[in-house]
Amino acid sequence: MNDLPAMSEINARATAFLERREFENWDEADERELSAWLSESKAHCAAFWRLEAAWERTHRLAALKQEHVSHAGPLRTARRLPGWSRIAAASIAIAVIVAGFYAFQPQDTVYRTPLGGRQTVTLADGSEIELNTDTVLSTRLTSTSRSAVLVQGEVYFRIRHDAKRPFVVTANGKTITDLGTVFTVRNDAGRVRVALFEGKARVDMGGKPIILSPGDKLIATASRTVVSHEQPQTLSTDLGWRRGIVIFKRTTLAEVAAEFNRYNQTKLVIADPQTARLTVGGTFPADNVELFGRMASEILGLRVTRRGTQIVISR
Amino acid sequence: MTASGVKAWFVREVLPLEPILMHFLRQNWRNRADLEDLRQEVYARVLEAAEHGLPDKPKPFVLVTARNLLINRVLRERIVPFDAKADLDDLEVASDAPGPDRAAIARDELRKLNAALDRLPPRAREAVVLRRIEGLSRREIAERMGVTENTVADHIRTGMNALADVLFGEPSELTRRS
Repeated sequence: MNDLPAMSEINARATAFLERREFENWDEADERELSAWLSESKAHCAAFWRLEAAWERTHRLAALKQEHVSHAGPLRTARRLPGWSRIAAASIAIAVIVAGFYAFQPQDTVYRTPLGGRQTVTLADGSEIELNTDTVLSTRLTSTSRSAVLVQGEVYFRIRHDAKRPFVVTANGKTITDLGTVFTVRNDAGRVRVALFEGKARVDMGGKPIILSPGDKLIATASRTVVSHEQPQTLSTDLGWRRGIVIFKRTTLAEVAAEFNRYNQTKLVIADPQTARLTVGGTFPADNVELFGRMASEILGLRVTRRGTQIVISR
Repeated sequence: MTASGVKAWFVREVLPLEPILMHFLRQNWRNRADLEDLRQEVYARVLEAAEHGLPDKPKPFVLVTARNLLINRVLRERIVPFDAKADLDDLEVASDAPGPDRAAIARDELRKLNAALDRLPPRAREAVVLRRIEGLSRREIAERMGVTENTVADHIRTGMNALADVLFGEPSELTRRS
């Protein structure tokens, strides 16, 4: 990129938004400003989404730091270096990434499940993990460290604690370090969710770490992080998938559809926003979207039509 | 189609096609200075169409959109026409090649990220690394680099733009066919 082309006006505006959102306190007024600009033109959407997607991909760099830099040292001391060696520190950082990358491949074990699939695995250290639908998890256990990268999907971890070798899970640039723990991590489309059931875990996102206790649920996107606390029974509905079921409690149809669609080729489509806002409750087999469709028709009195591989629900 | 659905589709299906799109545009459009505009215009048209329903096959859809756009420009600007068809057919053949597995994609992704970082202007790279790897604030980066916060913002913006060009705009080892 020695001859960087001049940025178009649209691109310049899009990068300005993205830079501000990355570094500044981004509030509702900012969000409205961005939405207004995006709604002006599809070209604005394209430019912003493209830059955002590229920038979010660099989260993987932070994952590499977690994996490799701890042995390497230089980055950690970089803050104390005098001015003249600042650039040297940055280039060491890059060298570490490159070295880390080539060390990344051979020892890793990659587990994956197809859409609708589920898999239980006992790792060499005795930890138990269970992969939910459409999941890719790469693990690496060595004599000095234990780590896993959740590329996509959802995984239940029951980690055998080892104070000398904490188990570190990375998802989309966020790292979750077990402090004797049962937890789930879900990573879809840039949104990372962590639910903690037993023990403790530390979540690092580049800023101040967050310590999770049982019942805590964390949701992190590129721009914000929310931690909520729930009763253990409420939280356990999130584990229905381990029994092949999905559990809804005052759940909007929009969320119901999203949940079924994680597991099935046949996609549930809610026809309009009013219908999408209706809430339902109940327990269903995750792989039986037809059953949910029948219930929506017979009990909720909604119109349910089958169109190819879609089940469309409307009022 | 909801806005978030279109966005997810755009990021998942359309952006990865950018190397092919840029290759197509470069092959068929002489003036390099227009490429960014053309790309933006193609994406805008694709998004407009996607609002009425997502195309089944994103690749031919994007390329046909690009071809139609170029044809319109040619007609409008009365410049020498070109033969886009042959190139389009070649690309279709390439799309039937078996895809690399996910682990290979992940490795390729990291390689690309490294390569992308290497290609940023040095100061932009430094600022991006300090943000992404060390998680520093704008002020901390400014102190570390000995520049103002505004300059840091400039470097980051340049970095963001160049990263998108390298990550999306250039063919990767795995998708390039020899």
